Amino acid sequence: MMLDASEGYVTADGRQIGGVVMEMKNITLRFGGVVAIKDISFDIREGEIRAIIGPNGAGKSSMLNVISGFYVPQEGEVWYRGAPRPPMKPYEVANQGIARTFQNIALFEGMSVLDNVMTGRLNYMKTGLFAQALWMGRAEREETENRAVVERVIDFLEIQHIRKTPVARLPYGLKKRVELARALAAEPKLLLLDEPMAGMNVEEKEDMSRFILDVNDEFGTTIALIEHDMGVVMDLSDRVVVMDYGKKIGDGTPDEVRNNQEVIDAYLGVAHD
Amino acid sequence: MAQTQSGAAGTKSLPALLQRNATQFGDAPAYREKEFGIWQCWTWAETEKEIESLALGLINLGVNEGDFVAIIGRNRPYLYWSMVAVQSVGGVPVPIYHDSAAEEMAYVLEHCGARYVIAGDQEQVDKVIEVQDRLHQLEHVIYLDPRGLRKYDHHSLHQYSHVQEQGRAAHDEWITDLKARRDKLDYDSTCVMLYTSGTTGKPKGVVLSNRNVIESAKNSAEFDKLTRGENILSYLPMAWVGDFIFSVGQAYWCGFCVNCPESQDTMITDLREIGPSYFFAPPRVFETQLTNVMIRMEDATALKKRMFHYFMDHAKRVGPRILDGKPVSGMDRLKYGLGNLLVYGPLKDTLGYGRIRVGYTAGEAIGPEIFDFYRSLGINLKQLYGQTEATVFITVQPDGEVRADTVGVPAPDVEIRISDNGEIFYRSPGTFVEYYKNPESTAKTKDAEGWVATGDAGFIEEDSGHLRIIDRAKDVGKMADGSMYAPKYVENKLKFYPDILEAVVFGNNRDRCVAFINIDLSAVGNWAERNNIAYASYQELTAHARVLDTIRAHVEEVNKSVAADEMLSGCQVHRFVVLHKELDADDGEITRTRKVRRGFVEEKYADIIAALYDGSETISTTTEVTYEDGRKGSISATLKIIDAPVVPVATQKVAAE
Repeated sequence: MMLDASEGYVTADGRQIGGVVMEMKNITLRFGGVVAIKDISFDIREGEIRAIIGPNGAGKSSMLNVISGFYVPQEGEVWYRGAPRPPMKPYEVANQGIARTFQNIALFEGMSVLDNVMTGRLNYMKTGLFAQALWMGRAEREETENRAVVERVIDFLEIQHIRKTPVARLPYGLKKRVELARALAAEPKLLLLDEPMAGMNVEEKEDMSRFILDVNDEFGTTIALIEHDMGVVMDLSDRVVVMDYGKKIGDGTPDEVRNNQEVIDAYLGVAHD
Repeated sequence: MAQTQSGAAGTKSLPALLQRNATQFGDAPAYREKEFGIWQCWTWAETEKEIESLALGLINLGVNEGDFVAIIGRNRPYLYWSMVAVQSVGGVPVPIYHDSAAEEMAYVLEHCGARYVIAGDQEQVDKVIEVQDRLHQLEHVIYLDPRGLRKYDHHSLHQYSHVQEQGRAAHDEWITDLKARRDKLDYDSTCVMLYTSGTTGKPKGVVLSNRNVIESAKNSAEFDKLTRGENILSYLPMAWVGDFIFSVGQAYWCGFCVNCPESQDTMITDLREIGPSYFFAPPRVFETQLTNVMIRMEDATALKKRMFHYFMDHAKRVGPRILDGKPVSGMDRLKYGLGNLLVYGPLKDTLGYGRIRVGYTAGEAIGPEIFDFYRSLGINLKQLYGQTEATVFITVQPDGEVRADTVGVPAPDVEIRISDNGEIFYRSPGTFVEYYKNPESTAKTKDAEGWVATGDAGFIEEDSGHLRIIDRAKDVGKMADGSMYAPKYVENKLKFYPDILEAVVFGNNRDRCVAFINIDLSAVGNWAERNNIAYASYQELTAHARVLDTIRAHVEEVNKSVAADEMLSGCQVHRFVVLHKELDADDGEITRTRKVRRGFVEEKYADIIAALYDGSETISTTTEVTYEDGRKGSISATLKIIDAPVVPVATQKVAAE
């Protein structure tokens, strides 16, 4: 599938996908002598679910960290909304409308689900520490508005029953959902999910898949995700990038990727030279 | 009474009652639902507007008088409005259990020939779409929650709020039509059709008229002096007759407020926040709450624990007497008052029962200890006996005459008769019109004079006039030696133990009884955790030696108590097995209202029953299971068969009669 940057396409289930939101141009990332990513280029388009897959150690998480701006590649450029993106602080990335979840859950364990999700609204809070401590006038109004957004997310992800529960007491599957809630609370334009199904049982995976599809459907959020589980990826995503040993070995619709010889070799295992 | 319902003469239908409420106390709250963390509220006046616009929308969509409209979803104000809106346009609302599988749903939709379905969310819409091809009469599906449904083909799919919008837009066009249709409704028009889950065979559609519903609501409301100040929590399935009477019938008659929980999982929290004044729950809910209290008390500090037990002992002694208004010494009363301040009050608040004036439990027998626990706290928990065909009420317990082992006296305007073989018959204004499209069953159940066979066996106590239920009439049988066999009686005794979820006793025409037992995962799981017993699955827990020992001890105690009953001493359980899976409605083993389908279970597990009787010590079996979404799988297990000690009974030769 070859497309122009401004051109959209229509997915198998009839959704209209827009132009390029983010583009990776010849990215190379090194840690000392180790080359984690070798000269990779691909794009993410408005409204699509884009997956990055690959065997262990293929460089998927590094790639996601480049997208999120956490790693700055030694070579190549990240283009966001039609312009090259300079190195940024995490909060600047968040301000651009990018939110993410982590492979190893990174929540505030001692805080309630509600408070955790509220932290996702941090970028929308304008009042200062003092005003918030007094909780008067604008600070109060602001919290009410943000709480309303958070409550919609809680309703959306069906976690009303654990609203007041400390995160530490939740099972793994629910923690993952809370993390997604926090990312959604930021009302991101681009959502990055780092192995959203890792360690889940079949039922939890099905639930999470449904939530990801619903987020995309309901809010039109562009989603980039890394995932191990091939079955899930193929069902969920519109286009897939396949990585192996830091290189891109495939890029296209799930069907195209599934029939790609290199991809099959990477997954079944072929001697590397 | 200041709040007597007036203008009742002209209110012969639900829409008429709605109008009355909206005119007389339009500002009073009619519905609340927790959404986005806040209790959203609708007054009666707002409710009337909502229902009117939906009704107009339905006419606009082509709903004709006499059409059946199925309503599927969890308890939400919008779906309650649907029922009244459907009736306003002359249609018949048919609520369906929202947890039914697509197959069961297809049967009901096909049987009533529903042209419209109002569904709660995507899950329900998916089920309808799955079986749509077989339903030739189904034309339109209306859904409430748009989430996930955006991409669906919207040719015959409509969003609830859009239907209302279109109704508002077409107001002038249809309002005369709507008024005409509404005015045609009287006491004889159909109010609702409810499908009974049925422990045998296919579900039957019970047609209830406005007379049935409104008269029953009126009588029961007067019986318990319900006012429009009541608050109830509506969380039981909307397709169940009880919910229809409480959340619709009585709510419209009295004009009280119906509160809907945020989601199924938040029911307990929502209960605490609302603090209903009138409450209804199957015994299961009370059991679970009591179990939770006991588990949490185990973790409390020593002082709290001592206080709890000290005052609870006192409450057990005098609480029920105080509640019944019987004489109690001044000292005891003072101590109870102190206990109320320190223990009972806070406990009731935690449970959400702080404001209960009237509470009912029905559907199954409740354990006397559980019953007494709540009553001793000062919660006016009572029992009633009823069925769909009677529009709930057959017998109820009046205040001050509450006991665990009876189901009360005949409800107002209900006549009761016990036939020669012990079966209970009744006749009342609530007696159903007919089974839809099933004159044969109607004739079998209801005779020309209006007497209805309940299918339950029981007797009326001479001195108190209270009804006591023994068992389902068709389940009562004879043991091989001729003594009476009533499985339910024994099963209930077993189920009163918190760690036994379900029990099924077999033994009709046999020389002795045997039983299947389901352990309660939360109770036994908690016990296992406390005793450092590791387990990976339900199945593993069921086979644990110490679990089996505990259950065996319970069976032994039950046997002792059964032996004490002259009539039923033959029903002691000689051998039992703890089943490797929970009996499940998805597998057809129990009904959606959690009643065991005895015949089905007996057939499905014939191999285990055979092993129970042939003396073998273990049995290997493979069981098919159905998952919630209809997929099938199977589990295999080797079950241990346990012998339970029985009390020898001197064979009583009953004089031949």
